[in-house]
Amino acid sequence: MDYFVQQVINGLQLGFVYALIALGYTMVYGIVRLINFAHGDVFMIGAFIGLYTIERFQWPLAAVFVSAVVGCTVLAVLIEQLAYRPLRHAPKIASLITAIGVSLFLEYFTSLRQVFGPHYYSFPRPFPVVSWHWYGILVTNIQAVIFLVTILCLLLLQFIVFRTKMGRAMRAVSFDYVTAGLMGVNVNMVISFTFGLGAALAGVGGVLYGIAYPQVNTFMGFMPGLKAFTAAVLGGIGNIPGAVLGALIMGQSETMVSAYLSSTYRDGIAFVILILVLLWKPTGIFGTSRTEKV
Amino acid sequence: MNPYWVQILMLACIVAISAQGLNIIYGYAGLFSLGHAAFYGIGAYTAAYLMKLYGGQSQAAFLAALLAGGGASAAVAYLIGLPTLRLTSDYLGIATLGFGIIMKVVFDNADSFLPELGGARGMTGIAKMTTIPWVIFFLLVSLLVVRNTIHSSYGRAILSVREDEIAAETMGIDTFQYKMVGFVTGCAFAGVAGGLYAHLYTFLHPSNFDFFKSIDLLIIIVLGGLGNMSGTLVASFGWIFLLEGLRVVLPPGYVELRWVLIPVLLIVAMLLRPQGIFGAHEFPFLREKGTR
Repeated sequence: MDYFVQQVINGLQLGFVYALIALGYTMVYGIVRLINFAHGDVFMIGAFIGLYTIERFQWPLAAVFVSAVVGCTVLAVLIEQLAYRPLRHAPKIASLITAIGVSLFLEYFTSLRQVFGPHYYSFPRPFPVVSWHWYGILVTNIQAVIFLVTILCLLLLQFIVFRTKMGRAMRAVSFDYVTAGLMGVNVNMVISFTFGLGAALAGVGGVLYGIAYPQVNTFMGFMPGLKAFTAAVLGGIGNIPGAVLGALIMGQSETMVSAYLSSTYRDGIAFVILILVLLWKPTGIFGTSRTEKV
Repeated sequence: MNPYWVQILMLACIVAISAQGLNIIYGYAGLFSLGHAAFYGIGAYTAAYLMKLYGGQSQAAFLAALLAGGGASAAVAYLIGLPTLRLTSDYLGIATLGFGIIMKVVFDNADSFLPELGGARGMTGIAKMTTIPWVIFFLLVSLLVVRNTIHSSYGRAILSVREDEIAAETMGIDTFQYKMVGFVTGCAFAGVAGGLYAHLYTFLHPSNFDFFKSIDLLIIIVLGGLGNMSGTLVASFGWIFLLEGLRVVLPPGYVELRWVLIPVLLIVAMLLRPQGIFGAHEFPFLREKGTR
């Protein structure tokens, strides 16, 4: 039983990090209907910004998070403006291929020796690790930081989306961007803002991931990105609580499979769950299906 | 021509066969599939396994193994298609992507149920059977099959499902059935191509059939122009020769720049020509009878 509860906590830790990435996928998809494959690599850049600011500059943790957020936001807005905006009215597949291109570029460009380099780097611990034993269950302050920071980000996101003018504009654009434009919403700005907001969360996620699983590499964004996207689809893509729920399911299932079956099956289980859920609800757990009218 | 380039040429033909399969699935039937490499892998492992156990060096057995590989892919595609082809566009994409990753995990762990498959260590000891005549034969067959299917009443039904599913349904077309026909045929092509691949390189590794290979095929058909046989053909050769050509052209020590340049080229190609290189133009021998 202790072992099980321990795994639940480890699963939550992973799930929270996935949630931060999944939110970016789900918001971008909700607005421009694009699977932004480059999002996982923005997450990787966030982790590397964390690595450099902690190791080279020894900045305090708050400054590390702020720099990762700023760096990722700028990067995502640039990507959106240079690569996706010119293709907004082209067939959707052209944007998707471009997104894959951006993803490959970020991975391989940063793995050049002159940039970050192709190796695995150990991620420094920004604070000494303290662990608490509690009825046979081990909780570390790393997990506490992850839970606190993620929940703070979620509350902030909830506030932005539902309590600000920009949030209202985002919801309007995701509902119908042509009409939103006619109503005086600056659609281009809202789309850039959404990319930036998603990337900011991914930046935070990157730093947290580095702290929790202290090894980074320029290709590290691929699998978490794919799983976070799967989580977003699982929860119903375009739906913010759905993305969080999907990510938590994903984190739990993966940890449980590693703990009770074999870690070689870990990458597969997430997708088995996804396919089963899609068979039961073809648009995800919280997804609403649109009836097509003739 | 030196043997290295002959091998690359054969690889290009094999990739073209597999890409024609994806072209049927996504280009003609409009089914967004991100897991095509899984079917390529199923064909490769099936054919290699059968040849290794029963085939020896016989050409007839090789043909049978290739067809069995295609058949295995088609059978799996049918089983996967039954539940998933009901999903719409991006959801189908993500489900097939998921299937691709599951198959990669299965290939990685395959040695636990069939030791000959090698699992994560890779499968060795496959006979080298693939030759230029074989690949050209199958490439021509695949082109003929696609051309003749697309310009038949079956093909028009498949196209109508892509264009407007509701309209097709009201005209009495069983949309699910035609989606299935497109999906299974396309996956069978991938299976045959996989068998040829296995007997060209004589070594199989699960990483040969991962997500990136599915993406390669997707890039090829989009670059060529979706639903365009000539474009798919040209883009397959262009892609493979670009990958290998850059290896030769780039000065030593800069080979890692390959994957920095390729995405840039890809992005530029998409920005300049989102409809693909060929757009709607087909080579004369691939057009409909009467318009050639």
